[in-house]
Amino acid sequence: MATSSTPPFLASDQSLSPTPSTIDVRGIVRRHGAVLAVDQVSFQVRRGEFFSLLGPSGAGKTSVLRMLAGFEDPDEGDLLIDGRSMLGVPPNRRPVNLVFQSYALFPHLTVFDNVAFGLKMRRVASTLIEAQVRQALTMVKLFGKEARRPAQLSGGEQQRVALARALVNKPAVVLLDEPLAALDQQLRQAMQVELKSIQQQAGLTCVCVTHHQEEAMMMSDRIAVMHQGRMWQVGSPREVYERPCNLFVSRFLGVSNELPGRIGAPIGEDRLFQPIDADQPPLTVRTLTSEQAGRPATLSLRPEQLRMARERPATSGPVLSGRIEKVLFAGSDTKYLVRVGPERVWETRMTSDASLPSFAAGDPVFLHWSLPDGRLFFE
Amino acid sequence: MPDHDRASSQAPGRSSCRSCWLAAPGLLWMGLFFLAPLGLVFAISFASRGTYGGIVWEFTAANYLDLLHPLYGKILGQSLWYASLTTAICFVLGFPLAYVIARSPARWQPVLLLLVMLPFWTNFLVRTYAWMILLRQDGLANRFLMGLGVVDAPLELLYTPTAVVIGLVYSYLPFMVLPLYVAVERLDPLLVEAAWDLYASRWSVFTRVVVPLTMPGIVGGCVLVFIPSIGAFITPDLLGGARSMMIGNLIQHEYLVVRDWPLGSAVSFVLMAIVMAAVVLYYRHADRTAEALEGR
Repeated sequence: MATSSTPPFLASDQSLSPTPSTIDVRGIVRRHGAVLAVDQVSFQVRRGEFFSLLGPSGAGKTSVLRMLAGFEDPDEGDLLIDGRSMLGVPPNRRPVNLVFQSYALFPHLTVFDNVAFGLKMRRVASTLIEAQVRQALTMVKLFGKEARRPAQLSGGEQQRVALARALVNKPAVVLLDEPLAALDQQLRQAMQVELKSIQQQAGLTCVCVTHHQEEAMMMSDRIAVMHQGRMWQVGSPREVYERPCNLFVSRFLGVSNELPGRIGAPIGEDRLFQPIDADQPPLTVRTLTSEQAGRPATLSLRPEQLRMARERPATSGPVLSGRIEKVLFAGSDTKYLVRVGPERVWETRMTSDASLPSFAAGDPVFLHWSLPDGRLFFE
Repeated sequence: MPDHDRASSQAPGRSSCRSCWLAAPGLLWMGLFFLAPLGLVFAISFASRGTYGGIVWEFTAANYLDLLHPLYGKILGQSLWYASLTTAICFVLGFPLAYVIARSPARWQPVLLLLVMLPFWTNFLVRTYAWMILLRQDGLANRFLMGLGVVDAPLELLYTPTAVVIGLVYSYLPFMVLPLYVAVERLDPLLVEAAWDLYASRWSVFTRVVVPLTMPGIVGGCVLVFIPSIGAFITPDLLGGARSMMIGNLIQHEYLVVRDWPLGSAVSFVLMAIVMAAVVLYYRHADRTAEALEGR
């Protein structure tokens, strides 16, 4: 179970497209001055799919979204929506609608007129507009607030209007730019569930930009992880979380407990791994490739893959000794920070269950995990 | 805006008026040199002219009724037309200019605004004389047009209504650009993108989103251009000649040439009424826009 860091041009999964894709992005490049904002990005989005572009700020994900919307054009590459190239097609002629991070609702128009804007611009008959706007407002649970102005609505309600304003047009793709970032934590979580259910109910194809990894994992069918203009990995949330292609993806998608070292001698089908910290004994690791002994690598584990014990466990699997440095109670979970080396602190979590043995700061403990869970990353 | 001002000036005023005396010199000045003469002019507008040009203090509304005469009606109509045309041209020229300035890099904006204001640093009379030289028979404008082969014979430009409107547009364009700049600068560029994304053409984006949201600036700019234009006096006098008389010239004519002070005063008050109407329109609109945007 090991992967070396894959070059970005191999990271996209072009092989997985049995149905015709709604979006087909082919090697787009976008420069902002001397900076490569988007560097050779390719991906496909299937009909009805919720696809997230996940990455830290400055990763180039917003540039990709703006190119899909038509506000920017790629310097190289091509971009197809429903099989049609979108190069040179202005935003008002593209079958996509963008939900802005700040919502960008028209302050001089009522909720009804905001939602009806796109239909009016396409000269839909007014009787149809009436019905479709009502349907969209019902879907986002804003029925009865048609006459309000955006300034009279709460943040959550404004978000719903922004969503209704896009989906009322039945676009081929709804583009979402950090759709929930402006909401407070509780509302955000409620809206994640709701947005997802609206998307499924209406069969929307969505491309969502976010820097919030948990949100991306909960809402997306597939996630594309971007960093420094490149797309590093594309896959289902479980794939990218459990089998990240490199350390960056591993760290960005959650806590990555790491231990650098070198590959050692074979033991049966497995290999020894000598941690760089001198006081730690060798561990066993599983690696698919017949790696050369002595090759530097980093072992990574997710907090939930670790188990913690007071006594050295009677297991042939890997064990690491340490000392609890901090206990952080977080309601249903308790987080433990365990020092496993002079410059190394690992994180693990346990359910805050009174019947389980409790640990306190300063306790010496053993961390162990099942052999296949340990992932190796090579430089 | 006005609501806000009222609220902030009222609160300390109600509790005490210890600093009221600070306003006294200003109030005294305004009272003596503005309010009192205005009252006097108002009184004169209801008096009648003596045989040799003096004022006979007999109450009469005849001066206002005289203004209904077609001759005065024509001058009034002409003034309204020139001022409206000037305002419209200033808007058409000023809006794109204001838009570009407001959307240019922040460090360039003060420089560009300064360039817009620059003509004001030259004496108004000098600038108007310059236009006389440009527009006369053998002036630069005619030589340029003939050089390009657009016209064969020199156009008659100076002493025409065209010259008056050119002069007025030239003088008051900055008054249009500045309020428009402020309004566009406040307009969220994302709203433009949102409209564009929602299938609006460039023109629809302008009429459905940009114009309604910059309306306070548009109305403000129009009022600021319209008011001095309708009262203009030097520009039509120097560039327009006798045929393009405006209200300002009529007032001057009545006071100084005909020496009919009562009629001149009546004309002044009609002009003031028009200006007041424009100002009221402006505040009404500003209030309504504020209400709409704040969702009251």
